[in-house]
Amino acid sequence: MIREPLIFEISDKGKRAFRLPKLDVPFHKDLVKEYPARTEVEDFPQVSEVEVVRHFTRLSQANYCVDLGFYPLGSCTMKYNPKINEKMASLPAFAGAHPEAPVDLVQGSLEVLKQTEELLCEITGMDAFTLQPAAGAHGELTGMMLIRARLEDKGNPRKIVLIPDSAHGTNPSSAHICGYHVQEIKSDEKGEIDLADLAKAMTEDVAALMVTNPNTLGVFEANIKAIADIVHSKGGYIYMDGANMNALVGVCRPGDMDVDVIHINLHKTFSTPHGGGGPGSGPVGVKKEFAPYLPVPVIDRKGTSLAVNFARPKSIGRVRSFFGNFLVVVRALAYIRSLGPDGLKEMSEVAVLNANYIRKSLEGEYHLKYDTPTLHECVFSDKFQKEHGVSNIDIAKRLIDYGLHPPTMSFPLIVHGALMIEPTETESRRDLDLFIEAMKKISQEATDDPDLLKTAPHVSPVRRLDETTAARTPILRWTRNG
Amino acid sequence: MSYISLSDKDKKEMLALVGVSAVEELFRSLPDEIKLKGKLAVPPALTELELNDFFEEVGRRNTLGQYLSFLGAGAYPHLIPYVVEALSSRGEFVTPYTPYQPEVSQGTLQIIFEYQTLICQLAGMDIANASLYDGATGAAEAVLMANRLNNKPKVLIPRSLHPQYRQTIRTYCRNLNLKLEEVGFDDKGEMKLSDLEAGLDAQTSAVVCQSPNFFGQVEDLKKIAERAHAKGALFIVVVAEALSLGILESPGKLGADIVTGEGQSFGLPLGFGGPYLGFMACNKEFLRQFPGRIAGQTKDIEGRRGFVLTLSTREQHIRREKATSNICTNQALCALRATIFLETLGHDGLREMACQNIHKTRYAQAELGKVKGLKVKFAGRPFNEFVLEFAKPWATVDAALRKKGIIGGLGLAADYPELPDCALVCVTEMHRKEDIDRLAAALKEALS
Repeated sequence: MIREPLIFEISDKGKRAFRLPKLDVPFHKDLVKEYPARTEVEDFPQVSEVEVVRHFTRLSQANYCVDLGFYPLGSCTMKYNPKINEKMASLPAFAGAHPEAPVDLVQGSLEVLKQTEELLCEITGMDAFTLQPAAGAHGELTGMMLIRARLEDKGNPRKIVLIPDSAHGTNPSSAHICGYHVQEIKSDEKGEIDLADLAKAMTEDVAALMVTNPNTLGVFEANIKAIADIVHSKGGYIYMDGANMNALVGVCRPGDMDVDVIHINLHKTFSTPHGGGGPGSGPVGVKKEFAPYLPVPVIDRKGTSLAVNFARPKSIGRVRSFFGNFLVVVRALAYIRSLGPDGLKEMSEVAVLNANYIRKSLEGEYHLKYDTPTLHECVFSDKFQKEHGVSNIDIAKRLIDYGLHPPTMSFPLIVHGALMIEPTETESRRDLDLFIEAMKKISQEATDDPDLLKTAPHVSPVRRLDETTAARTPILRWTRNG
Repeated sequence: MSYISLSDKDKKEMLALVGVSAVEELFRSLPDEIKLKGKLAVPPALTELELNDFFEEVGRRNTLGQYLSFLGAGAYPHLIPYVVEALSSRGEFVTPYTPYQPEVSQGTLQIIFEYQTLICQLAGMDIANASLYDGATGAAEAVLMANRLNNKPKVLIPRSLHPQYRQTIRTYCRNLNLKLEEVGFDDKGEMKLSDLEAGLDAQTSAVVCQSPNFFGQVEDLKKIAERAHAKGALFIVVVAEALSLGILESPGKLGADIVTGEGQSFGLPLGFGGPYLGFMACNKEFLRQFPGRIAGQTKDIEGRRGFVLTLSTREQHIRREKATSNICTNQALCALRATIFLETLGHDGLREMACQNIHKTRYAQAELGKVKGLKVKFAGRPFNEFVLEFAKPWATVDAALRKKGIIGGLGLAADYPELPDCALVCVTEMHRKEDIDRLAAALKEALS
C-alpha cells in the first residue's frame, strides 16, 4: 500500500488546482496596502487538481465506514445512511438558502424545520421542540439551561444535578457548564437506577435527574415513572438523554413517561450520517411549561405561512447562530417521511431483535455482567479473556483483522473491560453472523494464541499506534522543520 | 421505504433463537402503562419518487433563488470548486464515526491533522482543534477558556461583534460568574478605543474583537492587543469571514491569544445557516485548557507514521464534569470540506479570492456611494461588507429593490437601534460587475 504523504510534503511553488474568472472591476495595485495585509501564508499548500483528487481518494481508502460494513459501536447507532437523503439536502433550494433572507422568501426552509419539530413532538410525546442545538451534548446543555431558567423563574435555580454512574461523560460536563454541581447516583444489581439511592439523594437542592433511557447498558429503566415521582415530588425535573431513542420509536414515548426535557440525536436515531465525527443535530423537546424558555427564534405557523418569532422575553437566548444544522434536519425529515409510522416502529423492533440475537449468540463466550433484558444494545466484558491476559482492547483490535469495526470499548464505566455492541436495525443476518463468528473465533484465539490478539491488528493500513507518546510529546500540526 | 435487511424467515428464526415468540416480547421489560397504544400519527411512508416530489414541492416555497442577493452577515456566498463536492461526498468520509479506532480511521485522522495545520497557518497560531459547532459557539468557548486560564470575572465584548455571537456568548455565560461588558464602535465602525480603555481593568479576563467586524471593517488588532495585554487580559480574535485570512495579516502575528471563528466560507454551502464550521486556534501554552478534539502524529509498532486523537484527558468522556468543554460530536465533515477547499485553492487561489473580494467590495462601495439619498456609513477598511445609510426608511428601499428582483442587504435596525435606516451589503467574488451596477441603478431609482 502506498503511504499517503501529507499535502504539505507534495506541495510545490506555483502549482494550482483553481482559478477565478479575471477580475471584472478595476484593479488597484496599492489597494491592498491600505490593509494590514500579509505577503504570504507561510507553507500553505500548492498542488494540482489531480494531486488533490488522488490525495483524498487514497485517504478515503484508509477509512472504515458504514457503507463498507458492520459498525457495532454501542450508543452510537451506526445505521445505514440512505443515499437519497443526501440528494434532498443538496437541492439548491435548500443548500443555497441564505439564513438571513426575508422570511417570505424561505418558507420552504421554515416548513422543513416546523414539520420536523411537529413530527418529533409526535414521536417523543413532547409539546415543543427546538432544532437549534448542533449535536447531542449541545442539546444536553440547552436542555439543562431550560430547566435552570424554569427553576429561576420559580424563584430558585437549585444547586445539584443527579446523574447515574452509567451515564455518558457529556451529561456531567453539560450540567457543569450550566452552573450545577454533579452528584452521582448508583446503579443497582440489575444495572438500573438504584431507587433507594435516588430517594436519599433527592432533596430540594436538586434541580434535575439526567437519565438515559434505555441506559448505556441497553437496559430500559423500568421504574421510570417511580423515578419521575421521586424527583417531581421534591420539585425537580427529569431530563432524558435520548441518545438511545433508536430502541423506542413507535413503542413508547418519553413524554408519556413523565419526562420533562429530552434531547435526541438526529445523527443516531434518524440516520443522518456521522461524517467522521459530525455534523450532528441535537434537537431538544420539552413539556409545555418549558416552552417559553426555548432558544430564539421559534417558528410559528400563522395561517398557511410561517413566521420567525424573536419576541420571547423568557427565552434562554441563542445557543448558536441561525437555525441550527439545517441540512442535517432535511436528511432526518427525509428519513422520517420515508419510513412512515410502521417503518419507524419496525426500525426500533428490528434494532432490538438484532441486538438480542447477538447477545444470545455470544452469551457464554463473553461475560455478561448484567443479565437484565436489554433492548438495542448489549454490554459484554473481557472477564473470561482476561484469564489469558487478553483485554477488551486486544479483542477490538483483532476484530479489525476480520474486516469489522470494533464495538465501543471501556464504556459504560460500571462494566470493567466493556465491549458495548449496538448492531442497529439495518444489518443483514449475514453481517450479524460474520460478526458473531469473528467474536467466537477471537474468544478461541484468546485461549490458543493470546499474543496474536495482543499484537493485533495485523492487516490494517497501520498497526497499533503509540497513543502514549502522542499525548506526552504532542505533534499537533505539520511544520517544515518537523 | 424500509432499510431493514432481514427477510421474514430471518426474523422468525432469530426470534426463535432469542427464545421469544413475537417481537413484542423483546420489550417485556417496559411497563404496559407507558407503551404506546396504536400508531404514531406520522404521515404514511413515501417511496423515493414520492420523497423527491415532496421535497421539490417544499423547495419551491423557497423563492430566494430568483433574487440577486447581497446578504452576508456571517453567512457568505462563495465559489465552491466541484472537487469539494465530489470528494467530500464519498461514503468513506460521510459514513464513519469519530475516529476512535485509529487503525481503521487514518483517512479522517490525517485530514484532521492537515486541517489543524491549515488553520494554524491562517490564524498564525501554534495549535488548532478538530472543529467546534460554528462561529458563535466558538466565540463562547473562547470566552469560557479565557476564564479558565486566568479566573478573572469580566469580559469585554464589542458591539461590532456579530449580534448572534454576542447572544450566544451571553447564553453560555449566564449561569457562570462572568460579567459581560460592551465596547462601542467609533465613526469608522471600528472598536472605540476610548471605550476599551475605560472598560479594561485588572479584573478583565479577555477582550473579544471581531475582524473584519460585523460591519465589514478590518480592525487594528495590534492596538487592541497592546491595550488588552497591558492590563493582563487575554485577547480573543473572532473571524466570522474566514476568507479574509487569505490576505490579512494573521491575528496571531498581531497579538491574539485565541483565534476562533466561522469557517463556512471554506467550501460550505449557505444551507440556511448550517451545518457550518467553528474553528479555534491558540498558543501552545494554553493547550491544557483548549476545548474540543485534537488529532496528533505518532508511530505504529512498526515505526510508521500514523495519526490518533490525542490529549483526551481534557475531554468529557474522560474528565466528565471537569472537562474543558462538553463538546463531543463536532463538525468533522465540514472540516474535511474546508480542508479540500483550502488545498484546492492553494496559496495563490486563496489569496486571489480574498483579493477579488476586497476589490469588488471597494468598487461597489464607491459606485453605490455615488447614489444620491444614501451614504456609506463607515469610512474604514471593508473586506467584503459595508454599511449604507439611507435618507428614506430602509423598509421602503428594501421593498423597491425587491420589486427589481434584488435583496440589497440586511437591515440593521433590529440589532442596532442606533443604526435605524442602515443596511449591511455584502459583495464577494460571486458578484459580477453588472450585478453591482444593477444594484446601483436600482438604488438610484428607489431613492430618487
